[in-house]
Amino acid sequence: MNRYFKTIRLFWSTAFASQLEYQLNFLIELLAMLGTLLGSVFILSLFFTGGRQLGDWTWESALVIQGVYTFLDGLTNALLRPNLTEIVNYVREGTLDYVLLKPIDSQFWLSVKKFSFAGLPEIILGLSIVFWAAIKSGTSFSFYSLSVFIISLSIGFVILYSVWFLIAASSIWFVKTWNATEVLRALLAAGRYPISAYPVILRFIFTLVLPVAFLTTFPAEAILGELKFNILFLGIILSSLFFIFSRFFWKFALKHYTSASS
Amino acid sequence: MPNNPSDLILVDQLSKYYRVANKQPGFKGTLKHFFDRKTYDVPAVTDISFKISPGEIVGFLGANGAGKTTLLKMMCGLIHPSTGLVDVGGFSPQRRQAAFLKEITLVMGQKQQLIWDLPPMDSLYVNAAVYGLSDYEAKVRINELADMLELGEELTRPVRKLSLGQRMKSEILAALLHKPSVLFLDEPTLGLDVNAQARVRSFLSEYNKRTGATILLTSHYMADITALCPRVICIHKGKLFYDGDLDSLANSLSPSREVKVELKNSCSSDQFEKYGEIQDLNDRFVCLLVSRDKLTDVVSNLLTDFDIIDLEISDPPIDQLIGKLFIKGEVN
Repeated sequence: MNRYFKTIRLFWSTAFASQLEYQLNFLIELLAMLGTLLGSVFILSLFFTGGRQLGDWTWESALVIQGVYTFLDGLTNALLRPNLTEIVNYVREGTLDYVLLKPIDSQFWLSVKKFSFAGLPEIILGLSIVFWAAIKSGTSFSFYSLSVFIISLSIGFVILYSVWFLIAASSIWFVKTWNATEVLRALLAAGRYPISAYPVILRFIFTLVLPVAFLTTFPAEAILGELKFNILFLGIILSSLFFIFSRFFWKFALKHYTSASS
Repeated sequence: MPNNPSDLILVDQLSKYYRVANKQPGFKGTLKHFFDRKTYDVPAVTDISFKISPGEIVGFLGANGAGKTTLLKMMCGLIHPSTGLVDVGGFSPQRRQAAFLKEITLVMGQKQQLIWDLPPMDSLYVNAAVYGLSDYEAKVRINELADMLELGEELTRPVRKLSLGQRMKSEILAALLHKPSVLFLDEPTLGLDVNAQARVRSFLSEYNKRTGATILLTSHYMADITALCPRVICIHKGKLFYDGDLDSLANSLSPSREVKVELKNSCSSDQFEKYGEIQDLNDRFVCLLVSRDKLTDVVSNLLTDFDIIDLEISDPPIDQLIGKLFIKGEVN
């Protein structure tokens, strides 16, 4: 286990060094990130001036969802996108061979090799919004509500990761995958709004088929102290299933890779 | 076939088929391809058996697409065999157990694992962590290998700014960090200039002598094989064609060598008939074809019998011989 932590530390410090290697590019990336942040804040300000209710959510509580969305988007930019969109290149260039011959879990390697520090400010901003809006809507935090929040946030992230990894792993067959990641980002974007703001059918789909609700709405409910225990339980089961399936699928994909590559 | 403890690698009746679907052109062909797919197996490697002892350096020869890389990848566990058995140090490679992976390494001349934008040193420490080496062990190991490879400050320069030769040496360093005992090298000198090739070669031979590591390599450059590999395995169209030492391969293909002599005085052909078959005679220059077993006698006799300014003994180029071999195989 220790070896895995040390590996992550070195992965991310080299990722940081790689990003700093091109100073101008790093500056541009910082600027782009600043632009994204301003965009998010602008959209949030629209919420404030609207004065409308979304579903049965007040704006403050809807703002918590925005915060969770911003946090997950930051995490996506920091970790998921740099790593999972790279898998197709490993396959195409054949450098996956090197990864497979390392005495370390290949899914682990491919999932955490890189870390984009440009995603960090969004992560911090997201969390700040969550707590600020939760306080604004008169929530008092307890150890219990914070733990449930962290657990439900992890559930959301694990589901997002697993779905994304599944699609990325399919590049072993398709090699040049269609831009499936954009579909996922749209899916995540659907989670910017409370799940109850959608029609009943979509609500059902977003909870069980494409678990968007688990990404943003449920963590927000958790910090507001409104999450039902059975939903949390369902989330733990669902995310575990997604994660187990992603591992199973990766093993299956590798079997295909190793019996077909040359 | 039981695995004799003296064999490190055992390959027994190994075959690999790739399943390929054939699609007729056009829309009709597409429909047919979708509903009634005809697949057939294309053999990449057929029924190959050999054994390799610890510490051997073995070269794999063969034309492009002969199945060398497929064979190499089956031995390091990247490709599952269709039928047959591979055993490397008591492991079944395709299971890719950690204990097995720590014993082997793969270097591919046309693919790199070093991080492009960073100095090799950064990638080296990442690899060290992956293999569970402590920082101290890694440092000692890097210094030792850098010494052997004649790498210095190149290790702290971004990979993209290194020459191909320096990059390849760094790649080899990265691949050897964990002290593997079996080295799989697929075209390790591809694209390098003659000097860089020679340096990689001398490193490999020194590494083999120092550590007793087993080295299996494929190369397009005959010079790599002749300089490094006492034993060669020739693959032709997926089949084992020849397995044995390089000298007897060359001997059986071409039992004679060329002896070129430059004399002080001009001479006639009848003076040379007893030494060997005269290829060419031009005033003071003679070219003889001498069988290998008589070579030393003939040369010493020539040196005592004539006033010789220059004498040159050359092998018919081995790559031509191998080419001949493959053409012959085609005929059989």
